[in-house]
Amino acid sequence: MNNIINLAWLIPVLPLIGFLINGLGRRHLSKSMSGIIGSATILGSFIISLLIFFQVKDGHTANLHYFDLFNIDALRVSFGFKIDQLTSLFLLLITGVGFLIHVYSTSYMHDETAPDFAKYFAFLNLFVFSMLILVMGGNYLIMFFGWEGVGLCSYLLIGYWFKNKDYTKAANKAFIMNRVGDLGFLLGIFWLINKTGTLDYDQVFSAASLSKLSLMDITGITMLLFVGASGKSAQIPLYTWLPDAMAGPTPVSALIHAATMVTAGIYMIVRSNILYTLAPATLWVVAIIGIATAFVAATIATQQDDIKKVLAYSTVSQLGYMFLGLGAADYSGAVFHVITHAFFEALLFLGAGSVIHAMSGEQDMKNMGGLKKPMPVTHITMLIGCIAIAGIPPLSGFFSKDQILASAFAKHWALWGIGVFTAMLTAYYMFRMYGLTFLGKFRGTHEQEHHLHESPAPMTIPLIILAILAAVGGFMGIPEIFVHGGNKLAAFLQPVLAPSLKILEKHPHEISHNTEYMLMGISVAVALAATFFAIMKFRNYQRTQAKGNALITTLKNKWYVDEFYDHAIVHPIKDMSRFFTNTMEKKVIDGGVNGVGKFVHYSSRQLRWIQSGKVGNYIFWMVVGMLVLFIIKLFV
Amino acid sequence: MLGTLITFPELLVLLPLIAGLLLFFVGKNYSKQIALLASLLVLGVSLWSLLHTDVASYNAVSYIWLKYFGATYYLLLDPVSRIFTFLTALTFPIIIASTFSRKYNHSFYALMLLAQCGLMGVFVSMDALLFYFFWELALIPVYFLCSMWGGERRIQATFKFFIYTFVGSLLMLLGIIFVYLHTPPKTFEDGVQAAHSFSWHAFKNAALSSGQKVGAFFLFLIAFAIKMPIFPLHTWQPDAYDQSPNSVTMILSGLMVKMGLYGLVRWLLPLFPEESIHYSKWIVVLSVISILYASITAFSQNNIKRLIAYSSIAHIGLMCAAVFSMNTMSLQGAMIQVFSHGINIIGMWVIYDIIERKTGAKHLSELSGIANKAPALTIFAVIIAFANIALPLTNAFIGEFMMFGGVYKFNRWLAFLAGISIILAAGYTLFFIKKVFYGEVNDRTAHITDISMDEKLILGALAAWIFVVGVFPQPLIELTKEAVTYLSIQNN
Repeated sequence: MNNIINLAWLIPVLPLIGFLINGLGRRHLSKSMSGIIGSATILGSFIISLLIFFQVKDGHTANLHYFDLFNIDALRVSFGFKIDQLTSLFLLLITGVGFLIHVYSTSYMHDETAPDFAKYFAFLNLFVFSMLILVMGGNYLIMFFGWEGVGLCSYLLIGYWFKNKDYTKAANKAFIMNRVGDLGFLLGIFWLINKTGTLDYDQVFSAASLSKLSLMDITGITMLLFVGASGKSAQIPLYTWLPDAMAGPTPVSALIHAATMVTAGIYMIVRSNILYTLAPATLWVVAIIGIATAFVAATIATQQDDIKKVLAYSTVSQLGYMFLGLGAADYSGAVFHVITHAFFEALLFLGAGSVIHAMSGEQDMKNMGGLKKPMPVTHITMLIGCIAIAGIPPLSGFFSKDQILASAFAKHWALWGIGVFTAMLTAYYMFRMYGLTFLGKFRGTHEQEHHLHESPAPMTIPLIILAILAAVGGFMGIPEIFVHGGNKLAAFLQPVLAPSLKILEKHPHEISHNTEYMLMGISVAVALAATFFAIMKFRNYQRTQAKGNALITTLKNKWYVDEFYDHAIVHPIKDMSRFFTNTMEKKVIDGGVNGVGKFVHYSSRQLRWIQSGKVGNYIFWMVVGMLVLFIIKLFV
Repeated sequence: MLGTLITFPELLVLLPLIAGLLLFFVGKNYSKQIALLASLLVLGVSLWSLLHTDVASYNAVSYIWLKYFGATYYLLLDPVSRIFTFLTALTFPIIIASTFSRKYNHSFYALMLLAQCGLMGVFVSMDALLFYFFWELALIPVYFLCSMWGGERRIQATFKFFIYTFVGSLLMLLGIIFVYLHTPPKTFEDGVQAAHSFSWHAFKNAALSSGQKVGAFFLFLIAFAIKMPIFPLHTWQPDAYDQSPNSVTMILSGLMVKMGLYGLVRWLLPLFPEESIHYSKWIVVLSVISILYASITAFSQNNIKRLIAYSSIAHIGLMCAAVFSMNTMSLQGAMIQVFSHGINIIGMWVIYDIIERKTGAKHLSELSGIANKAPALTIFAVIIAFANIALPLTNAFIGEFMMFGGVYKFNRWLAFLAGISIILAAGYTLFFIKKVFYGEVNDRTAHITDISMDEKLILGALAAWIFVVGVFPQPLIELTKEAVTYLSIQNN
């Protein structure tokens, strides 16, 4: 039993095998075979992850070294894994939710041709592989490998329906915006190498190495790593790729753009928690960016009509909460929200997929309504998801969000204030979505109405499992004021966070129990009020002529951020490119060179007898010259 | 035993020379097969030499060439030469194999092999005059190949190419003569004494004043900068790439540009260490300008060959910046990247060549939706494109990582500016993939077929190299590590 942790390499290798079989055999595999291979490999990884989790729970962690990735005098980087509490939680999350989404996909993607179906599962398996590498790696470079790998898979899966140019454009946007973050990540890595000479987590976080870093170094490194995190986890100013990424198949949105990949930035910061704890300035930046993202995304979500866009902005907003938690140095709270969010957001996306599936591809909620009756399972599970994300007790979102909000209050009351306001918006837009989709009368075409049906079991069973998790998942982190020692998750993560906690204990931000009850009461009250308001407003929605004011138009247009980026960055680069091509290259540089050419031509006229200005002649004389040299050699 | 009777460096130069000269006269009907065989033979010798080089002397050979000038036929296969010759040997079979579906006559292949001979000569010569001789010998076949088998505007392009490189060569020759005149006298075994010597060691010990050294430094620098090329001496390159036959473009971009880099590490840095350090900041700045300028210019290229050309200029700029950052990590990265860039850019050209042959199109605007018709080609294109933008677990990553890391050590702001190119590169490379492969088919692409078995073999070999080196870079690092250590000893 003790050796099971040594099998950790199998966890990423199984999905890799799945990728290779499905990828190479895509012309020969039947759809059911590709589905089984794709899902079974992830199930295998999940089982091993579970066994490892129990071992880790007993206190067995491991650093596994496989081979030297490279070894030069200045730096040695090994290919190895670190299996500890944090990693094992993420392993469960990735393989568990990943497995459910693979099963769901076997049904959701059934209209694809067999080779495309196999391609889909190959990419999905490759994604799981990369994500596992990201969280298992024992140093920053392996993390970066996984980091780029998930970016690649995200690109491939967003552009999965490659015939549609808008989709491939969204895929490019996702990859390129992530590269902006990657540059920050890389520069952070170089800074670390320069100061500490290593990238290995244990060595970087050791007292010896930390003592080599000045406050300036730590602040700079953590800021740069945070730039990377904000790219991958869609934070201001790099969040605009995520809503566009909804072009991919819905299960992909659930797995990559809600449950797992986008939480990589949070993983990275929790992994580096000691560095962040030592950099208070960075923590402030993280908190402010987090709360700003949560707020801005929530405002946009209130005016979106595309069901997936609402969920996309809700994801961005929830990720903002996680960063708020990180900024408040409540690392376990952030991980807690990662987990509960993975449950309810994956549930919501898969539910939305089920709705879209029933609506024959329709995503506009204005054309839905009344789906409660034909789709009972989807309806109930989605409702659970909405309650969970809205932060209404005792579902999971309440516990994790509340822990973050309490920590935010301890840092600064304004962070908490905006956080609660955003929680109100969250409840509003989620129940707006719920009302528009499931309540009232059906507003689509007759053809669509005729086609309405509940999704088959491979789709509803994952929904039910996720709904149960979204409902009860919060009990892993019951606040101390309810049950002493109730926050099992924080206790489990304690070894990973110990160095940070030791520092944080010196400046305690404790808030009194009464204050905590009051904060909790306020946030539940506003969430309930917003829920009630939204249901009242949208339970009988009728299409009306839009008479939006300036604010609503701005929100519908997502604060015009995409337009701003186009004008501030994309267009100038394109203009510059044209200027370089047409003016610099042709007129300025070649103009100068032509001057030389003319000079040569002029000289040739003066020395016409040897130089005709023709290349052939020059070469001829060059060859002659060399032959002469050789001939000289023969005689001397 | 191979390599004892006739040494490796000699073999590497002589084999393509003999095969090339023979091809002018015999075996006209089987010229491509003979050329491929010869290039494989060279690869075999090169592989053998990797394992069996005599470490003590690096298989040095030295014959008297022009006795009264102090010039010798002095060849050496030291760790630096080994990298560049191995790259040349490795890529030539791929380049020749990529021409199999086209109709070229025997002189084409003869010239190709002569170009290989010239390249090999450049990479093994330790005598400055001999180096210059091979430098020109490598170029001449390429002029002919370009002007005889090139595109519509080949004469203009060749002329421009010629003017640029001619100026470069002239300056280098000037530099060589200038340094030569300050070298100590050389006495041969038979007592003949030459007033000066062309050997590398004599050049290193030339008695130049510091002012003279600066002058000579710049003469060499400009010659190599044109060859690489570095902004603003680069405009010959897009034209030459565009107008050359695709296989010649492969030689130009995969190997010829490496002559410039090789010149830096073999001649410029060891001969002028103080000047190199003194001016390094400015050269790195110029390289970074080159990187950003080329990356941005790539965006508005409709002609695919020019797009790849600008992408290559950006890559070379980074290598030049890394060489002049002059720390272990940056040099190590540059030496690895010499390899990876060579492989990846040839991969890009092979992909382009296939597209051009299938559709007749040369421009992005003419193409769309190839993935619908040629999924296998698309997969290889995506693999090579991502290797070109240095995704981890592809061959280019480790080199770029080390180069950026080394430049960072040199100056973090320059590393940041150079680093912007990883975003830009993703931009134009993915735009290329999107434009050519994704979307619906159009008139040009509606009736194409997927790649054939031998094309799969070529691309498969490239892809295998990309992944194997990407996952296990250490052997390549070992191969280049020696060169880096060797270089830093030479520079001190």
